[in-house]
Amino acid sequence: MTSNILSFLLAFFWWIALSWTFNWQFLLVGLLVSLFIAWAVGELFTRNPHKFKQPSRYLWALYYLVVFLKENIKGNIDGAYRILHPGLPIRPGIVKVKTKLKSDAGLTYLANTITLTPGTFTMDVDQENGYLYVHWMNVVTEDTDKATEIIVAKYENILAKIFE
Amino acid sequence: MTEIIAYTLMGIGILFDFIGCLGLIRLPDLYNRLHASIKCVTFGTCGIMLGVFVKHGFSDIGIKALVCALFLLLTAPVSAHAISRAAHLAGVKPWEKTVCDHYEKDK
Repeated sequence: MTSNILSFLLAFFWWIALSWTFNWQFLLVGLLVSLFIAWAVGELFTRNPHKFKQPSRYLWALYYLVVFLKENIKGNIDGAYRILHPGLPIRPGIVKVKTKLKSDAGLTYLANTITLTPGTFTMDVDQENGYLYVHWMNVVTEDTDKATEIIVAKYENILAKIFE
Repeated sequence: MTEIIAYTLMGIGILFDFIGCLGLIRLPDLYNRLHASIKCVTFGTCGIMLGVFVKHGFSDIGIKALVCALFLLLTAPVSAHAISRAAHLAGVKPWEKTVCDHYEKDK
């Protein structure tokens, strides 16, 4: 039931943000559509609604946003340098890295973050054994533990505090 | 002042979009090209959207631009993951100078 209410609030919030017209007709239609969405997909939205009540998770999410933005800008400048350099200095390869995260949301955000930051993107996730297969544009080390240290470690601890 | 910041952001965005397209032509194989198309183009387009937001502020256009950037950030990595995994399963070989392929080894 809490899951239904949360998905209703989220849907209604998006409706207001997208229409940005505070007319009662718009709000009424939004209310009806959001109620329908909450009824249709509510149970699927989250399995642990109690996690939404813990404020420390939101603070960690804000900190995560800052870290992610910094890495994203750094990664894009690095990528642009590699593309524009006449010698094309790349050493591509697919490496295997470990992760401690178990939850669906945590793994999804970890994989998405790896895709959007310096020269790496996630190809496949092995949820049972906790492995990610990452394509790396400039392979520094082929060893699983060292690669984990470089690629995953910075995000993993923060994501564990948000989603686990 | 807001105008200058907005146009600077849009300029940076267009520059990164251009670099991404250049990478799509220059890089050797599918996986490396995905790097260029996903990262640079996402960052560039988000830059343009942010510029639009700064120019228009909290109006209907500005908010829509911000939401666009957010959706792009959420969906672009998923498509990169789907394309690369499908290509690997379908047998698209990486570039011959690729250092290692642990995914092939574990399959």
